[in-house]
Amino acid sequence: MLTADTMRDLYDDVVTARYYEERLQEEYLEGKQPAFDISAGPIPGELHLAAGHEAAGAGVCAHLRDDDTVTAPHRPHHVAIAKGVDLEKMTAEIFGRETGLCSGKGGHMHLYDPDVNFACSGIIAQGCPPAVGAGLAAKKRNTDAVAVSYLGEGAIDQGGFFESLNFAAVHDLPVVFVVEDNDWAISMPQERVTDVENAADRAGGFDLPGERVEFDDVCAVYEAAEDAVGRARSGNGPTLLSVQVHRRMGHFMGDAEAYRPDEDVERAQNLDCIPRLEDDLRQAGVSDDELMEIREAAEQRVDDAIEWAKDQPEPAPEATYEDVFSNPPQGRPMAAEQGGDE
Amino acid sequence: MSQQASEREVTMSRAMVDAIATEMRENDEVFYMGEDVADYGGIFDSTQGLLDEFGHDRVMDVPISETAYIGAATGAAMEGMRPIAELMFTDFLGVCFDQIYNAMAKHTYMSGGQVSVPMVLTTAVGGTYNDAAQHSQTLYGTFAHLPGMKVVVPSNARDAKGLMHAAIRDDDPVVYMFHKRLMGLGWMPAPEGPKTAVPEEDYEVPIGEAEVKREGADVSIVTLGLHVHRALAAAETLADDGVDAEVIDLRSLVPLDREAILDSVRKTGRLVVVDEDYHSFGLTGEISALATERAWDDLEAPPERVASPDVPIPYSRPLEQEFLADSEDIADAANRVTE
Ligand SMILES: Cc1ncc(C[n+]2csc(CCOP(=O)(O)OP(=O)(O)O)c2C)c(N)n1
Repeated sequence: MLTADTMRDLYDDVVTARYYEERLQEEYLEGKQPAFDISAGPIPGELHLAAGHEAAGAGVCAHLRDDDTVTAPHRPHHVAIAKGVDLEKMTAEIFGRETGLCSGKGGHMHLYDPDVNFACSGIIAQGCPPAVGAGLAAKKRNTDAVAVSYLGEGAIDQGGFFESLNFAAVHDLPVVFVVEDNDWAISMPQERVTDVENAADRAGGFDLPGERVEFDDVCAVYEAAEDAVGRARSGNGPTLLSVQVHRRMGHFMGDAEAYRPDEDVERAQNLDCIPRLEDDLRQAGVSDDELMEIREAAEQRVDDAIEWAKDQPEPAPEATYEDVFSNPPQGRPMAAEQGGDE
Repeated sequence: MSQQASEREVTMSRAMVDAIATEMRENDEVFYMGEDVADYGGIFDSTQGLLDEFGHDRVMDVPISETAYIGAATGAAMEGMRPIAELMFTDFLGVCFDQIYNAMAKHTYMSGGQVSVPMVLTTAVGGTYNDAAQHSQTLYGTFAHLPGMKVVVPSNARDAKGLMHAAIRDDDPVVYMFHKRLMGLGWMPAPEGPKTAVPEEDYEVPIGEAEVKREGADVSIVTLGLHVHRALAAAETLADDGVDAEVIDLRSLVPLDREAILDSVRKTGRLVVVDEDYHSFGLTGEISALATERAWDDLEAPPERVASPDVPIPYSRPLEQEFLADSEDIADAANRVTE
């Protein structure tokens, strides 16, 4: 059994992430109702929320330091929160503001926070090779930093994932691959596209350990990740970890989920990591008042971040042409050369 | 009355699906593969309703394995079947590019013409809704640059249907690029224009024929996809200012209807090329070069190019607006060449 302190920290992460997603959903839908128009409202673009995935973010990232690398997929917020990404700047980025993590250029699927070595991407399984690269760098430099790559169960059919498993295994790199198995890849149920039920079985052909956490139980994820991250940190190579999570919402905001049976939506709603962790905390002697305090503090932090973000300025149009290169080529600015505003 | 019945107005997605369904009914060897094309009906409605009629064997949801299924479509086509494979966003091309440009596009040539690859690769293109750098590209130039694939880009429902019939029947690989903003999606309102009357019967829009969308005497605006509608809007503004613009919808990049472009430029003496793709090394350069090489004597001003700057597509609204050309940018360019 985990200590009460560890569980309190995990609880803080999961309730922050859940409330964050609830608030983002609210903000996102503003101006998009009653008729959903994706380009209306204060948050532009697609939005993939991670409600139901929190255990995988908190349970693994609890073992990570700022100098450990995390690559997350298109559903990144809960992992970012658990990794310690700046909440205010992340929120400003999602609102497309100048002071956002990426000056408004990245957006919710492309969040970068070099201070805590966090990145994510909108291309399926794209984060696997860079995590291998971070592991390679750590090994070459003789540090004990590790890299964690998150991906969905739909992403385990992608070539980049297989190649990364093999590369990490053959070079004994400090990488943990974490599959967040929510049973669905947009409208595709896992069994229709993958013959293995347990994504961790993919480890078999690469001679690396594969482990599955059956329930979205934060404490169980924490324990499994302790082994996997410990193995990586002590120079014993990669691990593939698969965590059962649940998709409590549509694939993206606006997804009516016509393809999904009602029973499955209900099942996902009932298998919630938060009440489960609350039970564990109570058993460890933590009072309901204390849980309430943690939750209220988390909510305050989220509300403050959202309020701050909404007050931030939008970027100036000229910024479009900046940042293509770190070392920009000499000559006329791109805008003038290409018939933009002169 | 019967005219009306056979010319009902439909969305561009409905028109595409019409053509696919007709071809699937007539030929058992036509099938559709892609992510979320069966139960979802395509994220951009590109396969809406097909599952009900044809079942999972012919409207196949595939693993997220673009290399495998697009390569498999190529292989099945080499066996003589007529697969349609959908790459959900054109931006995902990077994952499976080898199968597209080294396999699908080249088998015919490398085999000395012994092998053909009668498949269609459909893919969604375009921005305008802040989906940022990895989900908003058009990449017309990337596909058109590499030899061996025909490339079509409908701007309205009538063409969408006719080009789909032509693409499926073609013995070569055809890349069919549809703009999200034109599909008629409930959640992404289309501009006026892409929803058109579409005949009930099947018909082909020949691959390689541009269309003059608006006749004009003063300047030729050559474009495709979403920007056909923006160019037509610009032409209205220009008309108010006394500039008579001709608007050409390319409809097809490979083969490119060079004669249609040259005829128009020879008539107007001025050219504006508009592209949602990146500025450099793309179709604006190609078409400007064509005009200067072959219609130099008729040109009264250097061609103007309106394209996206060479930067990845930014997320934030003011940045994406700066990045994407609108009707005003097109009208400004036309005013510059006619000054
Ligand atoms: C290479 C690539 N192919 C397809 C997509 C479109 N896409 C985005 S999310 C997704 C499903 C991902 O499912 P999964 O990996 O299980 O993650 P989940 O969304 O369930 O968290 C797909 C197909 C993409 N972004 N990149």
